[in-house]
Amino acid sequence: MANPLKEQVIKLYKTLLYLGRDYPQGAAYFRGRLKSAFMKNKDEMDPEKIQKLVARGDFVIKELEALYFLRKYRAMKKRYFDPEKKSDS
Amino acid sequence: MSGRVLVGVKRVIDYAVKIRVKPDNSSVVTDGVKHSMNPFCEIAVEEAVKMKEKKIIKEVVVVSCGPQQAQETIRTALAMGADRGIHVEVTGKDYEQLGPLQVSKIMAALAKKEDAQLIILGKQAIDDDCNQTGQMTAALLDWPQGTFASELTMEGDKIKVVREIDGGLETVKINTPAVITADLRLNTPRYATLPNIMKAKKKKIANLKPADLEVDITSRLEVLRVDEPPQREAGVKVETVDDLVARLKEAGRI
Repeated sequence: MANPLKEQVIKLYKTLLYLGRDYPQGAAYFRGRLKSAFMKNKDEMDPEKIQKLVARGDFVIKELEALYFLRKYRAMKKRYFDPEKKSDS
Repeated sequence: MSGRVLVGVKRVIDYAVKIRVKPDNSSVVTDGVKHSMNPFCEIAVEEAVKMKEKKIIKEVVVVSCGPQQAQETIRTALAMGADRGIHVEVTGKDYEQLGPLQVSKIMAALAKKEDAQLIILGKQAIDDDCNQTGQMTAALLDWPQGTFASELTMEGDKIKVVREIDGGLETVKINTPAVITADLRLNTPRYATLPNIMKAKKKKIANLKPADLEVDITSRLEVLRVDEPPQREAGVKVETVDDLVARLKEAGRI
């Protein structure tokens, strides 16, 4: 793997690992899936293909952020904004 | 005007964790339990950072009161874009008894010390659900308050606040300096990713004690007992619609 790309891939892995701490099904589960996903492509040599995979990783980051936000938003909405409690004006 | 915004953040038990009461009913189990920034505080930080990005204000200072671990929460806020942090160290028994009145005294003292133009807080913490700190802080400083804010617009030296209230939405215009408390729909907080956390390591966190601000943090409240909410009763299955209607009538529901 070319050096700057290697740095990018490692950075991606670390960022995803950090994000995985809040994963609903547990950080350990996430780490296992993350590692196998990266290991599956470990022999990839083509820089273009590697860039595509890194871009896919960035997409997963965005998906996770959206997942976490929605979960939190829905939980807060459910707890603090009970539509049944709306008072009659 | 200093263009400085003070944002208060609280470290609470993570919203997704199942809360457990200690066997002696004295408090909730916190050891080894995942903690994170109060969701409404995240919204407050996001709003302040957004205002800085729009160049409406110049500096975002984030404050948290608590033990050493409160610094993690400040670091998260710095990673979201705050400029510097202030950690007011409160530990042990003092921390267990720290409530809105003491925190608002600390915030008021800091607002004067830092010459803040605006204080933004979350509307309430998800652990104690007090919904008091913002209001008390405004009262102590004799500043106007815009609570349950779902929209903020600066108009010269005044702020237009759209508030979420039971009947719908209320719009008020208040003078600055002011205290704002953030409600759920104010904005979408950004996630503090690892690269941002790394960059934020260079930002400073000042360390203070309540005594340095001449604030008395003795509590006027004593927690007598903590209990779990009553268990939900099991549901009952019925065979027919008539049966359902009969049971509902029995229960006085219809």
